[in-house]
Amino acid sequence: MKRIFGTIVLFIVVNLANAQSDKYTSAMSKQIATMENGYQNGDFTPAANSFERIAQAEKEQWLPYYYAAYCYVMQAYMDKDNSKKDAIADKADSLIRRAEVLAGGENSEICVIKSMIASAHMMVDPQSRWMQYGPASSAQIEKAKQLDPTNPRPVYLEAQSKFYTPEQFGGGKSVAAPLFEKSIAMFDTFQPKSSLHPTWGKRAAEYFLAQCK
Amino acid sequence: MNRFLCSIVLLLTSITGLSQTRIEGKVKDTKGRPVAGASISIKDSYDGATADSLGGFSFVTEEKGERMVLVSSIGYLLLERPVTIGSSTLKLDLQLKEAPDELKAVVVTAGSFEASDSKRTTVLNSIDIVTTASANADVTGAIRTLPGTQQVGEKEGLFVRGGSGEEAKVFIDGTLVNNFFYSSVPDIAQRGRFSPFLFKGTVFTSGGYSALYGQALSAALILETIDLPDQSSANIGVSTVGLNGGYQHLNKKKDASWGVNYAYTNLLPYFELVPQRPDYFKVPQFHYADANFRFKTKTGGMVKFYSTFQANQLGLRNADIDSAALKNAFSLSNQNLYANLSWKEKLGKKWRMNLGLSYSNNLDDIGNQLQDQDDKPIAIQGLPYVLKNFAYDLRSSLAQTKLVMERKLKGLSAVRFGGEYLYFHDRLEARDTSFRARSLDDHFKAVFAETDIYITNDLAAKLGARFEHSSLLSRSNLVPRISLAYKLGNLGQASLAYGMFYQKPERNQLVINTNLDYTRSTHYIANFQKVTSGNTFRVEAFYKKYEDLVKTFPGLDNSGYGYAKGVELFWRDKKTFKGFDYWVSYSFLDTRRDYLNYPNSIQPNFAANHTASLVLKKFITKWKTQFNASYTFSTGRPYYDIRYNSNEDKFAIYDQGTTINYNNLSFSVNYLPTVGNPNAKKFVVWVLSVTNVLNQDQVFNYNYSFNGSIKRPVVPPANQFFFLGCFISFGIDRTEDVINSNL
Repeated sequence: MKRIFGTIVLFIVVNLANAQSDKYTSAMSKQIATMENGYQNGDFTPAANSFERIAQAEKEQWLPYYYAAYCYVMQAYMDKDNSKKDAIADKADSLIRRAEVLAGGENSEICVIKSMIASAHMMVDPQSRWMQYGPASSAQIEKAKQLDPTNPRPVYLEAQSKFYTPEQFGGGKSVAAPLFEKSIAMFDTFQPKSSLHPTWGKRAAEYFLAQCK
Repeated sequence: MNRFLCSIVLLLTSITGLSQTRIEGKVKDTKGRPVAGASISIKDSYDGATADSLGGFSFVTEEKGERMVLVSSIGYLLLERPVTIGSSTLKLDLQLKEAPDELKAVVVTAGSFEASDSKRTTVLNSIDIVTTASANADVTGAIRTLPGTQQVGEKEGLFVRGGSGEEAKVFIDGTLVNNFFYSSVPDIAQRGRFSPFLFKGTVFTSGGYSALYGQALSAALILETIDLPDQSSANIGVSTVGLNGGYQHLNKKKDASWGVNYAYTNLLPYFELVPQRPDYFKVPQFHYADANFRFKTKTGGMVKFYSTFQANQLGLRNADIDSAALKNAFSLSNQNLYANLSWKEKLGKKWRMNLGLSYSNNLDDIGNQLQDQDDKPIAIQGLPYVLKNFAYDLRSSLAQTKLVMERKLKGLSAVRFGGEYLYFHDRLEARDTSFRARSLDDHFKAVFAETDIYITNDLAAKLGARFEHSSLLSRSNLVPRISLAYKLGNLGQASLAYGMFYQKPERNQLVINTNLDYTRSTHYIANFQKVTSGNTFRVEAFYKKYEDLVKTFPGLDNSGYGYAKGVELFWRDKKTFKGFDYWVSYSFLDTRRDYLNYPNSIQPNFAANHTASLVLKKFITKWKTQFNASYTFSTGRPYYDIRYNSNEDKFAIYDQGTTINYNNLSFSVNYLPTVGNPNAKKFVVWVLSVTNVLNQDQVFNYNYSFNGSIKRPVVPPANQFFFLGCFISFGIDRTEDVINSNL
């Protein structure tokens, strides 16, 4: 009888755990889908808040923190009020650091976010911040490439940075276009580790590539 | 059995699934304004919502019983609210408190301009100092485009708000710099000795400055040197006035560096091309050498050492004002040693320490000779000629140490206190032993304390006091410094400042009479500032009262007095005209004083009533070139012929007038040919600059002959200054930096 009882308890626990991880997967999938709204209406805050909620409830997963950081850095890019950008980017930074701890160290995707955070800080006042944030952003792109040479996102970010760099400075559309093409080819073959791992960037790369032509 | 278990599980899930509770409400701040975008969540659950634009939120949860609701938003303190979730809808009125935030908090800005890269909200940054057209890479040149400063071309120094050049002091890494400018040459302003590239932060206070500093009646220029370089690099430069080279090494761990630099300036080729009004019998030559090291300490502190040795000489001849047949030949040879060691350290979480040590030794070898038409020395007895032959050595040294301790208090509040000890030694020695050597020693001590109190994020006060003692004067003083800042709405803020400032009389006065007291000024400042992401607006009004100024007649005493009052405007705009960055400043000044040999209270000859500057910057990507222009205007300054009347035994004004208005349009161009070449191993910058492009006449003052019959304008040695230089740095590709700076 004891044994049966033990089995029951075990069964319930396992089942609940599965239910729990199903809940995590479905909540995450739902939020990753909601994140799309951010691209449409320029407001990533609801998605960021949702990811943060999942993150603080889960405690062991790095991806919710990763996505929360991504949403905040996108928010920093999109916010038209320059005076708010720093605080938003700082928030993204604190989240990506927690993701890094939970992920057991830096990985390619985390470096991508760090590069974007540095760029967000720079956008506030490029003229006086280049010294600090310019090299920091490109260093993270390089690190992201090294940590995962198949990751298309650092290539996409590099292409985007070339896109905005004037021709005279070795940037421009003609330099950016092949990089966008390269990233798109990489997006096509890139295999995320799970359905929850980041896949964003392809559509933006296609958009920019169209702008190059 | 399995079926049984399944049904239990199913039952459990359905129970939780069925009983959902709605939680709704509003999130507001302490002023009742909605906090849009605030996150509301139930601790350790996925459930929650984001507040809408009116602060409203609503969500359902399956959680039950005693739970914690977390509310957060960027810029606010996290709110934790225990709730009991039952079956009926839970209504929550939530109030968030603003987080103490250095960036958003009000800052005391009365009287001070800050140029820095580290702080996120500043009026100027260090690149501005280098790229201001009229500045010619002189730190104080860029400062002279800010409100409160005068365009004085006949004497070095910062002339601020009716104050003389001696009333503004310069500090590097916290400690006073005794000979910041090259040694004086009659009627020609000298540059600062230090390169603007040495500094990462600049605070220029045109009044009401902190209790951490003292002995300046008018203003303090506070400079902070750079930390570790980004990379190892070597650099060389060639220009129309000289050569320079240097090496900077950063270790592999990037926590220590050392470097050396040398520069040689010789104006001979330039003077051949561009004729100068004085006859330079010794063309100006300058040697500059520096050595530095910097390292991070284990606990995150920073130690910086910087020292320079400089040697220079010049000699120039002008027609004598008292006799058309004679000439005056002035010569100067200068040696200057400066060393500064600073140590910043964090002691635990709350304490910080700043320790500074510095030593400087300056030797001026000054001579003047009366010469005939063949440039042969000639001695004539009787006044005024007997005073025109002299030769002496003037040595001044300063050793000092300063310690500042800072303790963080609640929120952003902090208290700072410390002390400093300065040992001044000055010695004047005639080379022909016509009079005995005189020396002055002063052991100067000060203790000070200051506290920043944030009553709220919107209201801050800075209260300070300073106690000083000079062994030379054998007198002490105790002064209060108070400022307040209040934030008006989102972007504007108002500040008030009050302070008392003491300064020792000048060396040449103390040599004659050490029984003099401190001179004194009292500042009252009101300021309004509004900063948005693309522009800055400031308006400031001040009143300054001078007391105990030094009079040289009838006796040498502290019976002088005066006042200065005025209004200043500053507007910087990076947004309105795409790609253009410009600033405008305007100063109105009303000042009078009775000091030195003035017969009564008059407007001093270093004060103009109206001064305005426009500084413009534009980078043209296609040409890889940055264009900078600046235009400065000021109304004429008064000039006087003040002479002794022996019949009445007093000084009187025999003649007076106002100089012509001052105009200066300057241009500079920076061409960066290697920008954008990703394979470049070196980085090249070409610099071309021209001052007074329109070749307008400038008159700074008038000199009078001994009997007053001859009056001669004081004009610059040449109307214009041209500079062309090429600077190359190896091993460090700054391309990225330059691109980013011009996006």
